[in-house]
Amino acid sequence: MSKHEIKLDLEDIEISLLLEGIYQRYGYDFRNYSRAHMKRRIMHRMGKEDFESVSLLQYKVLHDPEYFKSLLPEFSINVTEMFRDPEFFNFLRQEVMPYLASFPRLKIWHAGCSSGEEVYSMAILLKEVGLYDRTTIYATDFNDQILKKAGEGIYPIEAIKDYTRNYIVAGGTEAFSDYYVAKYDSVIMDKSLKENISFLNHNLVTDRVFAEVDLVMCRNVLIYFDRSLQDNVLKLFSESLGSGGVLCLGTKETIDYSSVRKDFLNLDEHLRVYKKKPKHR
Amino acid sequence: MYEIIVIGTSAGGIDCLKELLPRINKPLEIPIIVIQHLQATGVSYLPSILSDCSGIKCFEAEDKMDIVDGYIYTPAPNYHLMMEKDWTLSLNVDDRVSYARPSIDVTFESVADTVKNKTIGILLTGANHDGASGLKVIQDVGGYTIIQKPQTAYAKEMPEAALSMMTPDKVLDIEGIAVCINDLLDNKMGGEQ
Repeated sequence: MSKHEIKLDLEDIEISLLLEGIYQRYGYDFRNYSRAHMKRRIMHRMGKEDFESVSLLQYKVLHDPEYFKSLLPEFSINVTEMFRDPEFFNFLRQEVMPYLASFPRLKIWHAGCSSGEEVYSMAILLKEVGLYDRTTIYATDFNDQILKKAGEGIYPIEAIKDYTRNYIVAGGTEAFSDYYVAKYDSVIMDKSLKENISFLNHNLVTDRVFAEVDLVMCRNVLIYFDRSLQDNVLKLFSESLGSGGVLCLGTKETIDYSSVRKDFLNLDEHLRVYKKKPKHR
Repeated sequence: MYEIIVIGTSAGGIDCLKELLPRINKPLEIPIIVIQHLQATGVSYLPSILSDCSGIKCFEAEDKMDIVDGYIYTPAPNYHLMMEKDWTLSLNVDDRVSYARPSIDVTFESVADTVKNKTIGILLTGANHDGASGLKVIQDVGGYTIIQKPQTAYAKEMPEAALSMMTPDKVLDIEGIAVCINDLLDNKMGGEQ
């Protein structure tokens, strides 16, 4: 525990009340999100709309469901890219895929998939190693708006240069341009990539296990949670994975603070790829 | 009295840090967070550069890492770095701020929010405006602020942007900043404040 005194401002108290109110009124639970992050997002919104205090924002949020709906995207995580951390995707290709190839059927869960960039990255990788046809991908997020965007698979064309570079560093074997069609200032991902992907609403904080899966991808989502919520979500992942299942986190995230640490072996310590140990019977 | 030092810098920053950090008296009794703009991709060598030059152990931030006295922390490439009230670090991949991730403003604001008037904020050389508004926030909560004298900076834009928004406690060259930090930390140990 820290030796430092925790200094709560009035604003911090108001934010706690706002998040409690949102939970009780609407069922969305942001109470254990990283507080520094939530504060920044809330202050950003308040600045844009000239609210004088969080309490006034709270009044609006609790009394006006439509307004709450407009606020919700502000709280979700919506920045991602294709083949982010190419060395991680290269590791998946070289080390993890040959292992998963021994499974008769594959189920992959992208938890907190946001606008879907990593889901398509995974689909491309599965195609190239010949595993796509026997794989089902569940891509989930709590935000319907962003889930719809993920399902459409339409991305701004200016991002493609970076994605292409990532793809090459990640060991891609084809021309990246084969996987999308450019139209005006956007690209749309190839339909064949979507065939085995189901986009589903699931809330990591409030919903339970919905399927047993062989691989969980949840990269740069846990960083938005505090340690106790991270632990709950990691337990959920551990329950969802069968023996030998693989867990992939963001490269700056860790299971070291979690009670499920003992259930996993490191496949790669630095890339934060873990393998579930066999269950004791 | 002071509990943390935050330093923000961009173009020319590494040479500057190599001059500044070795001059800080040891043992260092509070933590330092250094936000140096980084390339988005690949491995950062900043922690080993800073450890080697200063003799103070430097870590690249990982999510929910404790901030411990006597160490230097640097951001992970392509992540913003924030401080939580319980003195742990949080990373996030929110949009770039002033074209930067990590952004100096983001870190400065969250440190100011947590440590308040026990923060020492320092802005050094850089070729953009990041960090100026964050340093102003540190001043607004009563923290101690220092800006590198623009004439002595490799790139003047960053210190000048901050100077156009605020009057800091000190405007100094690197050597002066080191002396100033040591004085501030000495006071703390002497228990005068």
